[in-house]
Amino acid sequence: MTEKHHTAHHGKKKAEADKEWEPKIVGFLCNWCSYAGADLCGVSRFQYPTNIRLVRVMCSTRVSPHIVLEVFEAGADGILIGGCHLNDCHYMTGNYHTEKRVNLMKRLLREAGVDEGRLRLEWVSASEGEKFSKVVTEFTEEIQKLGPSKIHTDDMMKAKVAAADDASETFRLKALVGKEFNLLSKGNAYGDKLDPEKLSGIIDVATEEEFERALILELARIRPISVKQLGMVMEVPTDRILRHIVLLRQNSMIAMEHPEGFTPLYKTIEIGGEQ
Amino acid sequence: MPENTSTEKEKPRIGVFICHCGSNIGGFVDVKAVTEYASTLPDVAYAADNLYTCAEDGLNNIKDSIKEHNLDRVIVSSCTPRTHAPLFQRTCEAAGVNKYMFTFVNIREHCSWVHMKEKEKATQKAKDLVRMGVARARFLEPQEETKVDVTPTALVVGGGVSGMTAALSLANMGFPVHLVEKDEELGGFVKNLHGLMMTTKSANETIKPLIDKVNAHKNITQHLNSHVASVEGFIGNYDISIGGDGAEAKEVKVGTIIVATGAVPLVPEGLFGYKEHPNVITSTEFEELCNKKELPKLKSVAFIQCVGARGQKVSYCSRVCCNVAIKSAINIAENRDNMLGVTEEKAAETGEVVEEPAAEKKAEEEGSDRRRRRRGRGRGDEDEAGEEAAPSSGVEVTVFNRDVMSYGVEHELEFNKAREKRVKFVRYLPDNLPKVSVKDGKLEVGYFHETLKMERTMPVDLVILSTPLVAQPDAATLSQLLKVPLGQDGFFQEAHVKLRPVDFATDGVYVCGTCRGPADISEAVSQAAAAASRASIPLANGFVQAEALTSIVDETKCTGCGTCVETCPYSALRKNEEGITEVIVAACKGCGCCGATCPEGAITMTHYTDQQLLAEAKAALEEV
Repeated sequence: MTEKHHTAHHGKKKAEADKEWEPKIVGFLCNWCSYAGADLCGVSRFQYPTNIRLVRVMCSTRVSPHIVLEVFEAGADGILIGGCHLNDCHYMTGNYHTEKRVNLMKRLLREAGVDEGRLRLEWVSASEGEKFSKVVTEFTEEIQKLGPSKIHTDDMMKAKVAAADDASETFRLKALVGKEFNLLSKGNAYGDKLDPEKLSGIIDVATEEEFERALILELARIRPISVKQLGMVMEVPTDRILRHIVLLRQNSMIAMEHPEGFTPLYKTIEIGGEQ
Repeated sequence: MPENTSTEKEKPRIGVFICHCGSNIGGFVDVKAVTEYASTLPDVAYAADNLYTCAEDGLNNIKDSIKEHNLDRVIVSSCTPRTHAPLFQRTCEAAGVNKYMFTFVNIREHCSWVHMKEKEKATQKAKDLVRMGVARARFLEPQEETKVDVTPTALVVGGGVSGMTAALSLANMGFPVHLVEKDEELGGFVKNLHGLMMTTKSANETIKPLIDKVNAHKNITQHLNSHVASVEGFIGNYDISIGGDGAEAKEVKVGTIIVATGAVPLVPEGLFGYKEHPNVITSTEFEELCNKKELPKLKSVAFIQCVGARGQKVSYCSRVCCNVAIKSAINIAENRDNMLGVTEEKAAETGEVVEEPAAEKKAEEEGSDRRRRRRGRGRGDEDEAGEEAAPSSGVEVTVFNRDVMSYGVEHELEFNKAREKRVKFVRYLPDNLPKVSVKDGKLEVGYFHETLKMERTMPVDLVILSTPLVAQPDAATLSQLLKVPLGQDGFFQEAHVKLRPVDFATDGVYVCGTCRGPADISEAVSQAAAAASRASIPLANGFVQAEALTSIVDETKCTGCGTCVETCPYSALRKNEEGITEVIVAACKGCGCCGATCPEGAITMTHYTDQQLLAEAKAALEEV
């Protein structure tokens, strides 16, 4: 919002630069519904802005948080995920899992300080050509309003999105979100269905913790860093940071380095073999 | 064979073919500029534009270029893969390039047709899309499609009309069929009925030839008093365990499965005085009473339609009840086969009661006779001979309905016939239901007369409640065993409501009859024949070819947590003896759910790897 106001009131130079800027939007569409909807949109000649670039996947459920977050890291201003309407998935339950995954992506984007409006999930059926053009037009306008993504230019945000990406790949979050739909619809091994709000709360806590740990590792990878510094940069209480550090040290993911005076510094242990 | 000498380690050699599609693309995108740009992209060995790439010379251009430039992967940049990918893939294969080394870039539906007023930007977008295609193509790998043998035997679950028809169709094609019926005899729901629509034959007479044929067929093995106890495997290779009452489970191997488990009528607990008065019965109970010749003495009968249906206990219209009620109403009015048990003595006893409506009837029949004659004149006189005035049973029949759904030609004629027989059709609204009550030991129906705008009551001897067909109570069990879905109303749900009405989304399992939703006999028979025909395709082929879009498990990374097994909608993943997940290639549909789920990152989706998807998506963001 503030950036938009700048554009409106400040110098000509900035206005020109903004005019030149064109949002870069990537869309992941499932083969059976939304890609076909985009095809019908073309056949019906419904027009939409040229900014979006579409990638076809067999099912929207294929789009993992890692893919979305890495594409954000690579400089996308917005990402659209298109799937079949709920209950209409070609693969029966795929889009239900998509919904859960997108919730996680949005949680992580919030953690990383990225406007979650940059990610949009839409159900578009093969018969909804006009809807597709409306969705793309609206989304492009929305991204236009949000302005260029700062992930590329802001080092802290870059580190945060990288941390969000790492967090999305942790066993804990993947297993929780992977099981989320079945836990709610079919129940656990004992047949008990979980309360959606309770499970959502559990995932919220897990997301926050995993994100913070991933961010500690991300920051301590750049240079050795103290708990106090981490607390300041991350705006997280130091006792919380310390608890994360204890756990990360137990898992041999972070090491104490060159204690200067009384303040220990921590550095991320790079694991061989992992990219 | 052409010299497809490149190996994975060699640098890729990509050919890019960009289509003008006449002016469909060429009119809105500078195709020459895109082609020129494509030739500058990494690993592109050849780039060309065609007026129509899908035309003979376009396809020949692809084949010739593959040989001339030793291409190992091909990109066609034109319309949509949903229609044209198979054509170009065949062309590639004909020239020795694996079909999975082909990439489609859509610059028509997704570009020229949706950006018709911005040629410059559309051209830039087309360039970007081609660059994305090239980025993807560089990471492609050839794939082998696996052929899986099929056991040429079928399983049919349910021995009603649908199941017997399906089993006979398959047996007549020469395939052995296991027919599982939970009852002690064949015939399903229909065997308990008395009369059927549109035929004067009784229900038993109608289905007897079908049962006889099933009994006599050497290819059909019947399993009566039995149920499907467990299902393992996938299309072509199912291991089925058939359990019986107290008997030891029988193991059979089948290639395809047809579900024909039928439906049951809703029991209208608490509706319209059901169970409170013995003469308030369901239409199914009415059929049973007819069979047993145990109908009470009748002067006046009321049918109440849509009992529990259309928003009461179930949401849907049960499709058959209107026509069943019309059939029964006509039968009562005609006293068919003396179903009312009216002997001459009895008729004499009740003479005075009979007389009045009979007189009315006569006048009416004369009227309708005249009408028929008028209609008949053009068609000759032969109609007349058979149309003796129907004997009047003297029973007043009223059908309380919301709307009469006598769809189609035959049912509409039956409806007209019922009206000619002086069956009364009284409409009620859902917010003002008829009320069944007992006064002085006599049943009566109170209703709101729409025309007179007033409450009326009518004494009746019998109230017949038309209740909808509902799903079998054990449908959920079978749906879980077979991993096929049930819809909201508990009926089995087909793969596509319009285009695949007898397939399940899971390959190798098919559905027909009332287990998919209410249907009459002729509809069930059509569906059964269709399901048998669909189920015979893999059996006749002897193999199924699975698209090489599957998941691959990295055994060194898999920890056997089982999250993927839970999420797979096709049970295409299972744990082996070591507790590690393995993929059943023939069952996998390649949706990628497990790939995105695997907490250990141990699952790769062939042809849609992270690497390929990320390369394609990130190429969109490159500054040019």
